Order: sequence, then structure tokens, then C-alpha cells
Amino acid sequence: MRRVVGALVRKDLRLELRTRESVPAMLMFSVSTFVLFHFGLDRDRLAGDLAAGVLWVTLLFAAVLGMNRLFVAEHEQGGFDGFLLAPVDRTALFVAKAAVLLAFLAVVELAAVPAFAVLLLGPSDGGALPGLVAVLALADLGIAVVGTLVGALAVQTRARDLLVPLIALPLLLPVVIAAAHATAPLFAEAGAGALPGRWLLVLALYDAVFGLLAFGVFDFLLED
Amino acid sequence: MVFGRGLRPLSIASAALLTSAFALVFFYAPNDADQGFVQKIFYLHVPLAIVALCGFVAGGVYGLRYLRSGDRAHDLRSYVSIHLSLVLAVGALLTGSIWAKASWGHWWVWQEPTLVSFLIVFLLYACYQPLRFSIEDPERQARYAAVFAVVAGAFVPLNFMAVRMAESLTHPRVLSTTGGAMPGSMRLTFLVALAGMACLFVTLCKYELASKHASMQLRRLKRRLAGDEGLVPLERSAAPQRL
Repeated sequence: MRRVVGALVRKDLRLELRTRESVPAMLMFSVSTFVLFHFGLDRDRLAGDLAAGVLWVTLLFAAVLGMNRLFVAEHEQGGFDGFLLAPVDRTALFVAKAAVLLAFLAVVELAAVPAFAVLLLGPSDGGALPGLVAVLALADLGIAVVGTLVGALAVQTRARDLLVPLIALPLLLPVVIAAAHATAPLFAEAGAGALPGRWLLVLALYDAVFGLLAFGVFDFLLED
Repeated sequence: MVFGRGLRPLSIASAALLTSAFALVFFYAPNDADQGFVQKIFYLHVPLAIVALCGFVAGGVYGLRYLRSGDRAHDLRSYVSIHLSLVLAVGALLTGSIWAKASWGHWWVWQEPTLVSFLIVFLLYACYQPLRFSIEDPERQARYAAVFAVVAGAFVPLNFMAVRMAESLTHPRVLSTTGGAMPGSMRLTFLVALAGMACLFVTLCKYELASKHASMQLRRLKRRLAGDEGLVPLERSAAPQRL
């Protein structure tokens, strides 16, 4: 299983390095959205829950772009058939794709969060960073799991680009609620406050429930 | 397999239960002390919402059974259950909105976790039909719809928890806290209304199942008589068309 997952992840990362289809688009989209929010809200500096909301909505929409593209190569180039012919556990594809989406999100956030801080946050001593990393990690895990499932669900349909956001956004709403509530005190104007533990707990619960669920039902999306 | 069995007693039972529920609402249950007559929409709104949520979860359970067994009848049940729950959900949102306007002065109140989570669940399930419609292969349509139904069914309780944690509590907690404080006459009326709504839901499900099944059988008979050429080709549809 580990070898299969490793091979699939390497394949996808190499593909991304050569074509550069997903990550640059997600990153450009995030930065453009920050600029849009600057003009849409007509504010130079954001703080508190408004900053958290802007960050999470932007990251979520950027993630939807990644979900849209996640299985396209498999679908169009016959990668599904190749994978199904191989004598390996089918869940490996789910684990690999979720890991790839997680890696994409991490790379995007590595650039988008500093851009957000420079463009929209006030001067800060970086005290919010450890808490923010924890929330980002938990939320990304949930987004990656659900995004992989929704991407696989939608890629075989005729209206792929429409269905992914329609299904993923309501499904990911608990993640946005919990992540925005957890990050709001970190962006407080008076300096980073304490990280609310119960929202981290909600995120962890969401990750666990949907991780197990997606792990269980993913096989049915591949059978042919 | 016959879906139409017991339709007549079920129809009579739901008509009788709903009629007696409305009779109780108007002539027996007392007016609410704070809200007066307006509060009586509660006997319609809450049963609608509860039955719709149970129907969504039932759709997920049937989806799971379809995935485990591959029996297309479960897919049909899952579809019908979610389809009718969506209809009830529209009713619940409309009555909830009317009640909110009457008692809080706004058509929509965001500080209201139950209404908000209900809207999110509704938005998610509203994608169920487009998802089915955009998959042509009937076997894949059934399988993907079942996966969606299972995931969404598990999402319902999680979503209610997250939204409830995020908002202050202004909505009457009918089943947990205030349920104990409800006077006996109100509780009796509510229970009869809930039973009537559940009975109506089951009856409607049975009717839709019977009708879908009948048209499938009709098609099968036509094919036997006229052969494949004599049949009008099936149009694309979100509903299962073959068992």
C-alpha cells in the first residue's frame, strides 16, 4: 500500500512540476481575491473575524480550483483504467490523491498566507504563526479528504466544473465555520489571542469522520 | 416485488391523522402565552423539518444498502426518499421564514442555528438531482448517487453540531429543553401532527415508488410485445429508470 501510494504521489507531483496546471492557478486566484476583497470591502487593513473570514473563503475557493483539476488527467488520459488494471488496493488512489491535494494546498498557503499578511493584515510580531499553522493543517486535511471525494464524484459527470463547487461548498461549511472561529482571535487588533481549543476539536472531529467515511466509500467510485 | 401494497390503509391513516392534527391545532391546543396565534405554525413547521431530516438520513441508509447489495430497488428507495424530503424541506424553510417574520420581525435570522443548518443541508441535497442528471450510465448513476447520499447523510448531524456551536441559542429547543416545559395539550397536538406528517411522508414515498415501478413494468411489457424498435428511447432523467 505504501509503495503504491508513494508511486501515485510521485506521479502526480511530477505531472504538476511539468505542466504547472493547478498550484500556480490556485495561488494567482488567492492573491487576486485578496486584492478584490481590498476593493470590495474598501479597507486597507483587516483584523479579527473579518480577516479570518476573508482568508478562509479565499483559501476554500482556491481549493475548489484544485479539486476540479485533481482527477482530470486520470479521466481524460485513461489513468483510471490503468490503475484498475493494476493488482493494487483501490483505496491507495484515494490516499494518494488526498495527499497530493494536501501538498498543493500547503504549497499554495506557503505563499498565499504571507501575501495575505502583507496585503491585508496590520504589522504583527508573528505571535499568531504557530496557532495559524495548527488551524491550517487541520483544516487542509478536511478540505483534502472531502475535496478528493467530491473531485472523484464529479469527474465522471457531464457538468464537472459546476458540480464540484455546488457539492463541495456546503460540505466544507463546517470547516469554514470552525477554522474562521479558530483564527479570528489570532488576527485580533490587540495582538494574537489564545487559540480556541474547542474549534480545533471540531476540525479534528470533522477530519476523522469524513476521512473514515471517504476511505470507506471511495472504492465504489472506481468500480467499472 | 410490489411497492403498492398497503397504499389504501396508509392513505386513510395519513388523511385521518393530519385532519385530527389540524383539528387539534385550531380547537384544542392553547394559544402560546408570548406569541399568540402565530405560534401555531409550529405544528406544521417542526414536523416538516423533522420528517425531512429523517428522510435525508433514510436516503443515506438506503444508499448504503444499495452499495452493499447492488439491489436497484434500494437505489429507487434512496432516490424517492431524498426527492420527497427535498419537497418537505422547501415547506419547512418557507414556514420557518414566515414564523421568523411573525415572531422576530425578519424573514431570515442568522442567529438561529437550526434554521441556518437546515438551509445548508437543503443546499447540499439540492445538488442530488443535478448530480444524478449529469451521469448517463444508469449503473454508475445509482452508485454515485448512493455515495453522495451516504456522505451527505453523515454530514447532517455534524453540520447541525458545528452551526449550533457557532450561534447563540434563540431558537426554541422543542425536543430537548422546552419539550419538557410544553404543556400536555400542546405536546399531544405536536405528537399527532408529527405522526401525521411522518405517515404522509411514507404514503407519498409508497405512491412514488409504486408509480415508478409501474412505469418500469409497463416499459418491460411493451418491449416484450413490440421489441426494442417499438420503444421510444428513454429520456435522460435524474430518477432511476430500471430496476
